Amino acid sequence: MTTVTIVSTVTKTPFEAVVAEHGATVLRVCRAVLGAADADDAWSETFLAALAAYQRLPGDANVEAWLVTIAHRKAIDITRAAARRAVPVGDVPDRPAAQRADGRDLDLADALAALPRRQREAVAYHYLAGLPYADVAAVTGGSTAAARRAAADGIARLRKTYPGFAPDDAGPGDEKEDRDDRQP
Amino acid sequence: MTANHEPDLSAGLPAVTEAELAALHDRLVRDADANGVLDVGYRTLDTPVGALLLAATEDGLVRVAFASEGHDLVLESLAERVSPRILRAPGRLDEAAREIDEYFAGRRRRFDLPLDYRLAAGFRRVVLGRLPAIDFGTTVSYAQVASDVGSPRAFRAVGTACATNPLPVVVPCHRVVKSGGDLGNYRGGPQAKRFLIDLEAAA
Repeated sequence: MTTVTIVSTVTKTPFEAVVAEHGATVLRVCRAVLGAADADDAWSETFLAALAAYQRLPGDANVEAWLVTIAHRKAIDITRAAARRAVPVGDVPDRPAAQRADGRDLDLADALAALPRRQREAVAYHYLAGLPYADVAAVTGGSTAAARRAAADGIARLRKTYPGFAPDDAGPGDEKEDRDDRQP
Repeated sequence: MTANHEPDLSAGLPAVTEAELAALHDRLVRDADANGVLDVGYRTLDTPVGALLLAATEDGLVRVAFASEGHDLVLESLAERVSPRILRAPGRLDEAAREIDEYFAGRRRRFDLPLDYRLAAGFRRVVLGRLPAIDFGTTVSYAQVASDVGSPRAFRAVGTACATNPLPVVVPCHRVVKSGGDLGNYRGGPQAKRFLIDLEAAA
């Protein structure tokens, strides 16, 4: 008997279609994690790296999770590069937190920027990119439970700092629900 | 869609506009080209025979496709046969688009473009290499081309090579017709072939 090896030949979609499908989401994620000023650079570096590596991506891979993973690393690179350039002036946030008492003009982007980094990442990857917590954990490191907790803590804090979420919107208690089966 | 008990963050964030994405796309094309990772660039071009898809590798024009072929299907085929590292990159096709425009305007009789024949192999490749030698405004028979490439009995294979020409219009398979005067098969359909023959006859 001859053994016939069947090589999986899942044909990849042209990369242009990947940009069209995921470009806007990745930009929202980059803005949420890094702020608008650095988001374009992060997006550009992410898609350039993704294009370069695209042929090696398994045909059945989750493209969105793969792009978010690359974007996460690029965001870290950009943050580190900025830290190296920065003059140390003590422990201050890199962007001002929104503190308006009336809340009327409070900006969600500012509220996101004021979150601790892990919370900001978990919120962006789960709520903007739509990744299940297991995938969020794979991107950021740490356990699925820790990723879920970071996102829940982030949302809880956003509810205090950003009035855009209706008061009757569910509180953090809802975040206990397991959404790992959630499809983006 | 997020479930209604989940906060919809994207609604509270500044919208991502088409203009912003277009600018990022342009930057990606430039960066990809500069880094040598743009394997196929493409654009479409409106012509009297419909929208043509033009695709080029770093070596040259690799595919010209009629709308009837389904441009999306052609791009998928390029992803499989050449590389999936494909972006809409009009700049790479500037020269090809200009020459094709000039051709349809009656101001160009031969193309001076780098061509990438990788989608045609063997005898088909040999046949295609012969076609640019057919004078503008003239036609020859499949049998004549077969004879010209040294395989006089292979006129059917010449017909196949012409019918599957990956670079129609630019590599002038439309100038090859049946001995009896019938037009023969054409990737863009018989009307497109008739149009090109008449266009050249009138120029």
